Amino acid sequence: MAEIRNYTMNFGPQHPAAHGVLRVILEMDGEVIGRCDPHIGLLHRATEKLAESKPFNQSIGYMDRLDYVSMMCNEHAYVLAIEKMLGITPPLRAQYIRVLFDEITRILNHCLWLGAHALDVGAMTVFLYCFREREDLMDCYEAVSGARMHATYYRPGGVYRDLPDQMPQYTPTRRHSEKETEQRNQDRSGSLLDFIEAFTERFPACVDEYETLLSDNRIWKQRTVDIGVIAPERAIALGFTGPMLRGSGIEWDLRKKQPYEVYDQMDFDIPIGTNGDCYDRYLCRVEEMRQSNRIIRQCIQWLRDNPGPVIIDDYKLIPPSRESMKGDMESLIHHFKLFTEGYFVPEGEAYAAIEHPKGEFGIYLVSDGANKPYRCKIRAPGFAHLASLHEMCQGHMLADMVAIIGTQDIVFGEIDR
Amino acid sequence: MTTLASLAESVDELLGPALHSKRLDLNELTLEVDSTEIKSVCTKLRDDPSCDFRQLIDVCGVDYSTYGLENNESLDKPRFGVVYHLLSLSHNLRIRVRALLDREQPVIDSVIEIWPVADWFEREAFDLYGIVFKGHPDLRRILTDYGFIGHPFRKDFPLSGHVEMAYDEDKGRVAYRPVTVEDRILVPRTIREDTQTGRRRAETD
Repeated sequence: MAEIRNYTMNFGPQHPAAHGVLRVILEMDGEVIGRCDPHIGLLHRATEKLAESKPFNQSIGYMDRLDYVSMMCNEHAYVLAIEKMLGITPPLRAQYIRVLFDEITRILNHCLWLGAHALDVGAMTVFLYCFREREDLMDCYEAVSGARMHATYYRPGGVYRDLPDQMPQYTPTRRHSEKETEQRNQDRSGSLLDFIEAFTERFPACVDEYETLLSDNRIWKQRTVDIGVIAPERAIALGFTGPMLRGSGIEWDLRKKQPYEVYDQMDFDIPIGTNGDCYDRYLCRVEEMRQSNRIIRQCIQWLRDNPGPVIIDDYKLIPPSRESMKGDMESLIHHFKLFTEGYFVPEGEAYAAIEHPKGEFGIYLVSDGANKPYRCKIRAPGFAHLASLHEMCQGHMLADMVAIIGTQDIVFGEIDR
Repeated sequence: MTTLASLAESVDELLGPALHSKRLDLNELTLEVDSTEIKSVCTKLRDDPSCDFRQLIDVCGVDYSTYGLENNESLDKPRFGVVYHLLSLSHNLRIRVRALLDREQPVIDSVIEIWPVADWFEREAFDLYGIVFKGHPDLRRILTDYGFIGHPFRKDFPLSGHVEMAYDEDKGRVAYRPVTVEDRILVPRTIREDTQTGRRRAETD
């Protein structure tokens, strides 16, 4: 009889299914995984240390670069922590705008997750479909902040500016005729809210399309049903949050349980799974996209009816307008102080968590009363999820590990920080 | 159903002398506990039905050596802290547990047996601060490079680091060399006693 030996295999860090820079050392027993040891840190940029060396506002941009597929949600946790310590509340309109953009971000994130997950498992088409919708949402980001991804839009005390009244238009090029351009500009004739509303009208049909491609697809089900099963008790012990926890059947969503901003005004449901396998987590996330769509529609309605300020009126924290700076000495001084020194946060510590598309994203801030954070700890949901990779993979085939990495929705920006 | 206020009342009795102090600030409860008792404290907080903190959200290290001061250390205070954030799903509560550690040898018991999620969080605190978690089965570096020297998040570790990586013509490969960039801090860290923004002003209003 031939002798069968375990062998060690290296997976990544440049494997396309490694979602960036994951390196896993696998001990294989034939095609079955015996032990797996993820090596992370290849994208470590010491964001927390950098944040300690800069005034509070200058780190908002770093937050975008943590989980670079759900940018504004990261900013949100950071500004919430600062607001908590300063004891300020943003105007209601800013809170609605934040909820609106958090949910847009959730769809952005889940679209990328779904596309990448399906691509890993072998379905090419879904990826293209998902990116089609992401393009429109990126345009929303661009319309409010000028950047397609790294928006730096939220500020302690509100958001940087109000929603624009008009959308940028396409112009005809060699590739796009006049008639085609007109068609592309159809949704862009009104304000940003009109553009988002048009999106929410067509988006449920897009989710139906994704589901047509996957939900009853025999191959998809073979690859995801009963793969990476985690029992509810175990999911809690392993520190799972977000869809990973809900997929195991635990109804826990910070938007409902510990509502922040205006989530308590919103009407939406929390989908939960029953089996805790990859397929249930897929169903949860797909339903979350539909629920996000619902929340966005409610926000649009409110934002249309209620104009108002989007940032608090306090020159100790928020720079004054350019106009008042030109004529008013005091405004000029405030502006100078804010941009050379920043504001001071009272001594103390605060932890602010939000329901990030991936789970609970928290910022733990310690301030000693200075203009910079003393310690800024980023609690990334993916970090706890990836730590359980060994447990989830054990006894599965090599190809299943790819499905499990997909279902964990791993993004290295936040894990390595 | 336990509330944060009732928990703050009952926690004295539950933890006994292991609890050094507690603080309820910004609607968050912080318990400062004896670092040698961390395992029993955590087990009680997890298993007591009035607490039921079954989820460990975060473990992080903190270096307090320059806290509130402009770079002058007071040597008699404990330098390091380990901060645990706990979440109770049944009572919908969060608390923070802090244990302060010795300056020379920051050692604390691992809570990996209580919450398996502590595994990577403790490895991270070890990597970045050099805090040793006794009883951790696999305390390796996690975020820094293979063969990295030092603990980068300590306050005495420079922001630009000690080494950088570049292609070496002679060796024909990428190699480490002493860092050539200088620390560039554009905004100095200042603490002003007179300017108290936000919360304190709101209280006086």
